[in-house]
Amino acid sequence: MLAHAIFFYFFSILAIFSALMVITSRSTVNSVFFLILDFISVGCLFIMVGAEFLGMILLIVYVGAVAVLFLFVVMMLNVAQQKQSWFVGQKSTHIPSGLIVSVLILLELLVVVGGWKYKENIMSSSNLVIDTSITNTHSIGSVMYTDYILYFQLSGVILLLSMVGAIILTYRKRENVKTQSYLKQISRDKASAVMLKDVEFNKGVKIDD
Amino acid sequence: MIEIGLGHYLTLGAIIFFLGVIGIFLNRKNVIVILMSVELILLSVNINLISFSIFSGDLLGQIFTMLILTVAAAEAAIGLAIIVIFYRNKGSIRVEDIHEMKG
Repeated sequence: MLAHAIFFYFFSILAIFSALMVITSRSTVNSVFFLILDFISVGCLFIMVGAEFLGMILLIVYVGAVAVLFLFVVMMLNVAQQKQSWFVGQKSTHIPSGLIVSVLILLELLVVVGGWKYKENIMSSSNLVIDTSITNTHSIGSVMYTDYILYFQLSGVILLLSMVGAIILTYRKRENVKTQSYLKQISRDKASAVMLKDVEFNKGVKIDD
Repeated sequence: MIEIGLGHYLTLGAIIFFLGVIGIFLNRKNVIVILMSVELILLSVNINLISFSIFSGDLLGQIFTMLILTVAAAEAAIGLAIIVIFYRNKGSIRVEDIHEMKG
């Protein structure tokens, strides 16, 4: 139990610190790296609390794919030099109201957490009780591919839609780029491609008239 | 203090949610950081769902967390694509420069 507490405090303080650094870091690349650190520490928390499959998925999907996507875009857009500074430049009017709203949200959430009265043993209301005799991945898989197959397929459709949307949004036709035109290639025939000429002696032939 | 319960995880989720909201409100320079703040908010939602799922012994929260992960990945891809085409048109992704719709 002591080890559980020590690891919880270590990873949660790491997560809070890196989340703070994500929003205050001056360079965008540092923000992305701290976002990766945040996902890693929260993934370790998930593994520690007993949701191993989702912790590993968080590591693979976020650290492996989403954070690298962020890093890729940051490097592609050449905004790494563009420092982000908060309170410089012209006065912004929305910063105090934003702070007020954020602090209100935090206070409300803390009031909810602090004023919560737990039952002695929280009972599940559904029939999806976690079975501790099989692994976490096994139990998720046995439910997700049977009872929740529609939601699973729907998430696949969402991923396909986002892929198509991202490709359509960023696709552009470039000018002055030589590409292969299959239609032109296969629609050539002998009459348009070959021209026979009688070449006179010592005269040559003009080919581009 | 030593006994880690549901409240500890919910507090962690609340703090990360708060940091994400503050990142959205206070950011004035960079749209990518706003997208990262949205990712932080979705992460805190995942923390809440998983901690409730574990501490109440119900598997449904973990399944829902997977769906949220899917939607978050799709949202990141679409948002970054929009940022790329905005940068192509304007040459800048500063928040102050995005005022075509007078919002």
